[in-house]
Amino acid sequence: MSHFSRLWRWQVGNFRREAAEGREVGTDAPGRDALRDGGHAMKRYSVFAIAREALRHHAGWERAWASPQPKASYDAIIVGAGGHGLATAYYLGKNYGITNVAILEKGWLGGGNTGRNTTIIRSNYLQDSSAAIYEKARSLYETLSQDLNYNVMFSPRGVMMLAQTHHEVRGYLRTAHANKLQGVETEFITPQRVKELCPILNIDGPRYPVLGALWQARGGTGRHDAVAWGYARACSAMGMDIIQQCEVTGVRSEGGKVVGVDTTKGYIGTKKLGIVVAGHSGQLAEMAGFRLPIEAVALQALVSEPIKPCMDIVVMANTVHGYMSQSDKGEMVIGGGTDGFNNYTQRGSFHHIEETLRALIETFPIISRLKMLRQWGGIVDMTGDRSPIISKTPLGNCFINCGWGTGGFKAIPGSGWAMAELMAKGEPGPLAAEFDMWRFKEGRFIDESVAAGVAH
Amino acid sequence: MLLIECPCCGVKAEETELSPGYEAHLKRFGPGSTDEEFEAYMFARKNPKGVHFERWRHAYGCGKWFLAARCTATLEVFGTYPAQVGEPPADIIEKIKARRPDWKGYK
Ligand SMILES: Cc1cc2nc3c(=O)[nH]c(=O)nc-3n(C[C@H](O)[C@H](O)[C@H](O)COP(=O)(O)OP(=O)(O)OC[C@H]3O[C@@H](n4cnc5c(N)ncnc54)[C@H](O)[C@@H]3O)c2cc1C
Ligand SMILES: [Zn+2]
Repeated sequence: MSHFSRLWRWQVGNFRREAAEGREVGTDAPGRDALRDGGHAMKRYSVFAIAREALRHHAGWERAWASPQPKASYDAIIVGAGGHGLATAYYLGKNYGITNVAILEKGWLGGGNTGRNTTIIRSNYLQDSSAAIYEKARSLYETLSQDLNYNVMFSPRGVMMLAQTHHEVRGYLRTAHANKLQGVETEFITPQRVKELCPILNIDGPRYPVLGALWQARGGTGRHDAVAWGYARACSAMGMDIIQQCEVTGVRSEGGKVVGVDTTKGYIGTKKLGIVVAGHSGQLAEMAGFRLPIEAVALQALVSEPIKPCMDIVVMANTVHGYMSQSDKGEMVIGGGTDGFNNYTQRGSFHHIEETLRALIETFPIISRLKMLRQWGGIVDMTGDRSPIISKTPLGNCFINCGWGTGGFKAIPGSGWAMAELMAKGEPGPLAAEFDMWRFKEGRFIDESVAAGVAH
Repeated sequence: MLLIECPCCGVKAEETELSPGYEAHLKRFGPGSTDEEFEAYMFARKNPKGVHFERWRHAYGCGKWFLAARCTATLEVFGTYPAQVGEPPADIIEKIKARRPDWKGYK
């Protein structure tokens, strides 16, 4: 589906929803349409707003979120304005009415891994606790554009994970069975069906012929920046403070409980602290006085020059370490495995690009003459069992959400939902319960490394 | 791309000749140790943004394991040394201190 037709369907969807809710369609009179009194008054986006602005030289658009100075203290502070931090803040407000919240970001919001990933969304994981949280996230993605009044361009185009060894066939059959029991819709398909769904794929080898695939028709992609921006806009409208260029440099506590954070914009007090900083989790944990089972490594991605539409699904080839989809602009979006050493530089190494492309050319001969346009890296936070941590910490009222590693974009809404519950109640709900940081000591691993040992 | 000199055969190897092996100087905790010790040994890896000591193997060269001191924030390699030591040798420490005067030292 083209970018335009998706935008159009989204607008029509808004129209229908507003009409169904009996509202005057498309009005945006200030005050009335602000999501909340006292917050950054937010005008609704709609097809009518576009038409009206077209008639007045687009002079009426406002900033999507406010840019305030920090207050002396808050009920809750979230460190890190990536997708997970912003979603946590959003559901704190939306589900628990906690809006005296600041989100502190050392760079710009969405500038971390949230703005650097290849946007694959799927939920067909092996373990029950993973399937639950990723499926929650996927289902929230389905209505996220409407919920946030911001087009996140969720595109459930289908995600295919190729089985190219007998070992993988067995693994994916096992996952398909597990998913059936978990109520996650997914199926194991034949090589013929693979070829039908993706004609540019070479299923005959030479090294690794396609033996089948795990296919999740309701998986797909979304627009990563828009996910961060949409949550940010909604948080700002609820009266929360998103403070960019504000690095947390220390965590202060009294009597075993957190009382505030030192930042490059001064000390800020807080009753509760949520640390959601992906690759920098180890640093923040050290400030808060504990250690995490996490290592930071670089994961990179690249895009080709734009070409005509040739592939309308996402394909992942985990044996050869490569995956690919086509963006709405026509670029082939490509990713591979992580670099094998600790790294904070947000750069990748050339030989990894070489490896990834070598693998993909074998599977997609059509891309062999494509020029690659851009390449970039993000610092991913890898845990021992390749599953995330959503947990209380040894420091009272301090909570952590990290370890999403190479695959957390797809989890953003579900993770924010679970983290907000943890922060609001002080105890994890069913979604987060298994993901505590003490599972490593107790040997309760949520082992997904076998199911998805590659960027995903 | 990293260039790392193998202290065993003296070849200045580029990254593709080497396999990374993560944290160096790990003390192994096995049967008889506490849960905390075993967890720390298995999972709580050092993850500094800055000076880091790690294992590498000259996989497509002499095949030997060795150790390297490297900065994870800049990718600068301070030096390499043979693997048969319990902690980084003094000359490596000196090299790092010369380049990173505010480094807190090996612990
Ligand atoms: C190349 C690449 C491809 C990927 N592909 C996929 C994919 O296809 N599908 C998928 O599901 N996932 C994918 N991922 C993983 C996904 O991007 C991440 O898991 C997810 O975006 C993590 O979000 P986050 O909000 O936790 O972290 P981030 O978006 O990294 O946000 C953390 C924020 O914390 C801030 N911060 C750090 N330290 C401090 C401090 N001291 N003070 C204040 N702020 C601080 C950072 O600046 C950053 O903005 C990919 C990742 C990469 C790098
Ligand atoms: Zn050698």
